[in-house]
Amino acid sequence: MSTVEPVGAAFEGARLPQPAARAVRHISQTSLPALAIMIVASLARAATPLPPAPSAAAAAQARSTQEPTISIHDFSFSPVSLTVAVGATVSWKNLDPEPHTVRSVDDQFRSGALDQNDSFSFKFVKPGTYRYVCSIHPQMVGTITVK
Amino acid sequence: MSSDDSIAASRRGVLKCLAFGGAGTLFGLAGGVLAPLDLALAATKGRKSAPLDTPLFVQISDTHIGFNKEANPDVAGTLKQTIDLVNGMPVKPAFILHTGDITHLSKASEFDTAAQLLSELKVSELHTTPGEHDMADASASEYFNRYGKASANRGYYSFDTRGVHFVGLINVLNFKPNGLGALGSEQLEWLEADLKGRSASTPIVVFAHMPLWTIYEPWGWGTGDADQMTSYLRRFGSVTVLNGHIHQIVQKVEGNLTFHTARSTAFPQATAGNGPAPGPLKVPAEQLQKMLGLSSVTLKRHPSALALTDSTLA
Repeated sequence: MSTVEPVGAAFEGARLPQPAARAVRHISQTSLPALAIMIVASLARAATPLPPAPSAAAAAQARSTQEPTISIHDFSFSPVSLTVAVGATVSWKNLDPEPHTVRSVDDQFRSGALDQNDSFSFKFVKPGTYRYVCSIHPQMVGTITVK
Repeated sequence: MSSDDSIAASRRGVLKCLAFGGAGTLFGLAGGVLAPLDLALAATKGRKSAPLDTPLFVQISDTHIGFNKEANPDVAGTLKQTIDLVNGMPVKPAFILHTGDITHLSKASEFDTAAQLLSELKVSELHTTPGEHDMADASASEYFNRYGKASANRGYYSFDTRGVHFVGLINVLNFKPNGLGALGSEQLEWLEADLKGRSASTPIVVFAHMPLWTIYEPWGWGTGDADQMTSYLRRFGSVTVLNGHIHQIVQKVEGNLTFHTARSTAFPQATAGNGPAPGPLKVPAEQLQKMLGLSSVTLKRHPSALALTDSTLA
């Protein structure tokens, strides 16, 4: 007697959605927030007096607060490792049709279930290395390094 | 029916099962030997020896209320069909067991819809254990708010029905990176104490969402510390371990322990390692119902053991 009943054996040819199709969706999705940030930045500049010339440190801070986004697609976090400055807000966006979560191994942050195109953000105020997993698919792992 | 009947019928059962594409398989379990029978034959035998075979419970799993992708845009509809299947059984089971992933995203609205659908069951007693999809809200509280009472919000508990000892375990908390499901030392200590002093002749049923043995590690289909659990169970004469999670039937018999995963009522998944990740499997519409279903378990008194039946919606 076989220990595995051959259910589904006839459907071995069936395939999950092709990665190429998801990559296209990824590009079109990520370009929108970038555009939004540019619009917001230009509006802010128009509405307020010209600020003093930013120092090098402030410029670095500005770069790090542009919400680096980690995309979740094909059951993985991309980029899988990310280094940000203290005070940075990191966003995750799920592009998979499967739901995923973002859960810190040390329970420093935890998202709810992210369905397709849902996002989650967390602001990192302490330096350190933060490992996280998807609690639905714990083979999905990532790391944020805050300096 | 006797175990001799089971063995004699197994060959015909396998052939019939193949002919009908897995529309229903009964597994007679006696003395740790699992023999498949076909449902039509089982029904005939059942009528002749009805007083010995008592329907005990029905297992449903992975209803994923809230799922709406192409693999099955109507998971509420297929759950309703499953409920109709249960309500149409000639003798009502004592209770329904749901082995998790009641919802898809742990949303309150999904739990509410699931509860409304399950209330259509003509069997009032429902036992549950959560899946990782039921623990996906940030505070992991929606499940426990509704189903936490039985286990005092721990997720693990036991109860007895008709001389069978049932143990519900939780293995979808405390995931480690790249890890399998986990029970944890506190739960394992509780289990050891719960089983201690029970007669080895007591039939035991253990249930949890994720498989309690390793089926396929790269996809996390297993429980990392399940060996500790099985060491407590080996002395019992009849142990049935029931899981869901993988949306397909996989079985293993090891001594007196029978491990069995149930089909989903929502959508099938690829077989282990077949594809890049363990996602929903889109199959032709006419095939879907043959890949969804439930398991039912019958108590056999001579000898005291359990028989497992799998049924599909089509």
